[in-house]
Amino acid sequence: MVIERHLHILDFTLSSLLRRKGKNGALLLVYTLIVFILASVLFFTHALKREAALVLKDAPEIVVQHTLTGRYQPIPVAWGDRIGKINGVISVRPRLWGYHYDTLLMANYTLMVPAENPPGPGSIDLGSGISRTHGANSGDMIAFAGHDGVPRMFTIRKILDSESQLLTSDLILLSEKDYRDFSGIAADQATDLTLRVRNPREYATIAEKITRMYPDTRPIMRSEILRTYDAVFGWRSGLMIVILSAAALAFIIFAWDKATGLSAEERKEIGILKAIGWETSDILMMKFWEGTAISLTAFLLGVILAHVHVFSTSSALFAPVLKGWSTLYPSFRLTPFIDFGQVATLFFLTVVPYTITTIVPSWRAATIEPDAVMR
Amino acid sequence: MILDPSILALLVSSVLISLMTLYACGYGVQILRRWDIASGSELQLALERRTYLISTIVSYFLAFQLVSLFLLIQTVDSICHLFVGAMCAVGTLTVNSFGYPTLLLKVATFILAGLWLILNYADNKGYDYPLIRAKYLLLLIMAPFIVAETVVQWIYFLGLRPDIITSCCGSLFSQGSRGIASEILAAPSVPMEITFYACMLITVAAGTRLFLRGKGGYLFAGMSGISFAVSIVSIISFISLYFYEMPSHHCPFCILQKEYGYVGYPLYGLMFLGAVTGLGVATLQPFVKKESLEKIIPAMQRKLATVSVFSFLTFTAIVTWQILFSSFKLEGY
Repeated sequence: MVIERHLHILDFTLSSLLRRKGKNGALLLVYTLIVFILASVLFFTHALKREAALVLKDAPEIVVQHTLTGRYQPIPVAWGDRIGKINGVISVRPRLWGYHYDTLLMANYTLMVPAENPPGPGSIDLGSGISRTHGANSGDMIAFAGHDGVPRMFTIRKILDSESQLLTSDLILLSEKDYRDFSGIAADQATDLTLRVRNPREYATIAEKITRMYPDTRPIMRSEILRTYDAVFGWRSGLMIVILSAAALAFIIFAWDKATGLSAEERKEIGILKAIGWETSDILMMKFWEGTAISLTAFLLGVILAHVHVFSTSSALFAPVLKGWSTLYPSFRLTPFIDFGQVATLFFLTVVPYTITTIVPSWRAATIEPDAVMR
Repeated sequence: MILDPSILALLVSSVLISLMTLYACGYGVQILRRWDIASGSELQLALERRTYLISTIVSYFLAFQLVSLFLLIQTVDSICHLFVGAMCAVGTLTVNSFGYPTLLLKVATFILAGLWLILNYADNKGYDYPLIRAKYLLLLIMAPFIVAETVVQWIYFLGLRPDIITSCCGSLFSQGSRGIASEILAAPSVPMEITFYACMLITVAAGTRLFLRGKGGYLFAGMSGISFAVSIVSIISFISLYFYEMPSHHCPFCILQKEYGYVGYPLYGLMFLGAVTGLGVATLQPFVKKESLEKIIPAMQRKLATVSVFSFLTFTAIVTWQILFSSFKLEGY
């Protein structure tokens, strides 16, 4: 019975909303836009954070870099032997990796010598992004200019496919011999050293021992990288939202204005309803359903549009601001997701302010005296 | 401070809610001082209209508060890796001493708002606003809690500095460390299981008695309050272990995560529902003798008792199901 009463009131509210298409349509449009923008920012930064976490899941616990006058340098491979003797370090591996700028397609590629199953000399594995832009498939030959400007030919062994698009899209895997020849790095040097450490409590101690052993190195812990990524992305999206709060404020003023500025027709409608026996609480119920219908529609529409925007168009509108690093990736798609925290955050940033703004105007409308408006 | 969207959302909404509550309190004071149902003055009419506004504000507040309670847990959980040593919400909440007070104040204000709405519902049923003074007194009691929650939450988030070493789940709830949580654990799981089931049994029995004979309102309300507390202690002591299937993980927040099928949401939801409706019985008890509510209150108390008993029973059923059918066994731990 109670449900039936609500259904009738909801039915009435919807038809009354549809009667004033222009006014409510404008409100709905602005509302949806606000939800859309905020949701896009949230989804995008969260997706980037997730990608970063995915990338770093299998990253080594500690990376040791060599610095010279504060700048990043190749590290002598021999240092790894002494570092490997520190208690708690399971293994040390010199890594070879770097970037290559493709002048033809104006894109940056990541070159890397994989630890396991490296391609044989003369062949490479190619990321899906590079394969797409070059139109190259496995078995094809491809040429890249090395450090001395002389092009080297490689046979493509396979195209990489991975959980994280962001990671492998621009990746080229090649053998150690080819990498040294291509980049010109000396045979006794490596890009950096990676350490495997089993006990997380020893990270800090080991890092300290390394800096004492080689004061010109910089050990970086995986958790530090992850924390920094997270803080940076969280901070960026928070900042975006603070900037957007001006827009949100404008929306609140707009909603307030719409809710307070009842037209003579609406006042008359409420007056008639009360005259035929509706109580103040019924009108408030009607206003509640009105707010719910508008908020729910705008919220769902905004969230769906933002989802499409972020995960299908790779956030074409704000990617440059939020990504913040060199955006020379050929193209990548983020893995879609949605979670309670995101939706609840959006709810508190949009629906709650809207609802609170409209409480007092709704109550004013509901307490109109019938004789005052119909006289 | 960490400028995270969900933190901003929590701060902004709590400020808005506090402002609305203070606004409502302004009229609450006026109602307490000037209310005179016999009078037909303009002021009295205006005050009667205001009561609608205030009950609308509190109803919205209740709904928002429930979502914000879970959002707080979700948020502190999602930012835990910004702090060395924190592994889930527990770690983040202990980063500074305002984390747990924020959570407790949120729970307290949610329950108070629920009780207020029960009182309000009964008041609206009576023709002469019989509970108006009690209602606005409760609102004035509630307001400091709501404002305190906003302030404490603000201080908590402002004081969050990434990298401060905190204890994670494992060390906070380990036997060696001190504090409320570890004392809960110190009680072995078997006595706790007995206490839990005994509490639920007495609550259900008291509820049935109230339903059938209309007696023992305070007993039932008291028992549902105790059951609420015992349930939280039990979740930390043994219930969560069955969901995690791990003998050392006592975190009360991780069951809200996807890995455990979000089972925490129905569990906590049922607990809150059971507590609010159960305590609501006691809130109504002093007014049984009011002339205009003589018939209404006993009927309402029966309904509340039914909902409360049903909630606690469902809660117990879910927990028992997990204990019986999980492959994990905790005997004698």
